[in-house]
Amino acid sequence: MTEKKNTLSPEKWVDLHADYLFNYTISRINNHDLAKDLIQDTFFAGLKAMNSFQGKASERTWLISILKRKIIDHYRKINSAKGKAEVKMNFYSDGDREGEWIEERVPSDWGNEVEKSIENEELNVVLEKCIGDLPDKYAIVFRMKTIQQFDTEEVCKELDITASNLWVIIHRARTQLRKCMEENWFKN
Amino acid sequence: MKLSCDEATKICDKNQYGEGSLWEKIKLSIHIFLCKKCGLYSRQNSIMTQCYEKHKIVVNGKKTYLNKEDKAHLNKEVREKIKG
Repeated sequence: MTEKKNTLSPEKWVDLHADYLFNYTISRINNHDLAKDLIQDTFFAGLKAMNSFQGKASERTWLISILKRKIIDHYRKINSAKGKAEVKMNFYSDGDREGEWIEERVPSDWGNEVEKSIENEELNVVLEKCIGDLPDKYAIVFRMKTIQQFDTEEVCKELDITASNLWVIIHRARTQLRKCMEENWFKN
Repeated sequence: MKLSCDEATKICDKNQYGEGSLWEKIKLSIHIFLCKKCGLYSRQNSIMTQCYEKHKIVVNGKKTYLNKEDKAHLNKEVREKIKG
C-alpha cells in the first residue's frame, strides 16, 4: 500500500480553511480583529515554511499547528505585558490576615430567586460582559477550560503553562466572576 | 493542615471540574464546616457552574464566520504574498 502524500495549495487556503481557523481561534480568543490577524499571520508563516511541509499531515492539520504556535506567542505576549488591568484581589496577600477574605469581597447572600434568574436568557449577556472584564490572559484560560471544556492537560499544552498555574488562574477568574455576577445579576 | 480561605476556595474551584484530589476534598470539607464565608462561596460556586454550562450552549450554538469583505481582503493579502 502506498501512502498518499498531502500537498499544499496556498491559493485555496482562504476558501478552504479560513472559516475553520477563525472558529478555532475565536473559541480560544474571543476577539474578532485579533483572530483575523492571527489567521493572516498563520497563512503568511505557512507560505514561508512551505518547504518544511512533508505531506504526512493534512494541509489543515499543518496550518492548525502553525496557528497553535501563534496563539501561544500571543498568550506569552499578554502574559508578560506590564501595567495591564490586573484581576481584583479577593484575599489578603500578606500580613496577619494573609489568605483571608477581604471584607468587601466576602460572598453575600443571593436570596431565593436564584433558580429563576438562571433561567433568564439575559444572564448570558451579563456573564459575557463579566468574562470580558477579566484580564485577557485570565479570560483565555477560563474560556478554554470552562466554556470549551478542554482537558487541563490540553490547555496547559496549548498555552505552555503548568497545571498549578492553570488552577491559580481559574481560581482568580472564578472569584472575580462570582463577584461581578453578584453585583450585576444576583443582587437585582 | 490548616487551610486559608484563599486555598480552600481554590480547591473548591478545582472541584467544580471534578479534579480535586481526595485529600483536597477532605481538607475543604473541614474548612467549610468551620467557615461560613467559604461555605457560601462553595454553594454559589455550583450555581456559577450552572451559569457557565448554560453560557457554553449559547456560545457554541453561535457559529462565527469571517464576513465576505474580511475574506476577500485576506485572499488578496495571501495571493500577493504568493507572488512575492
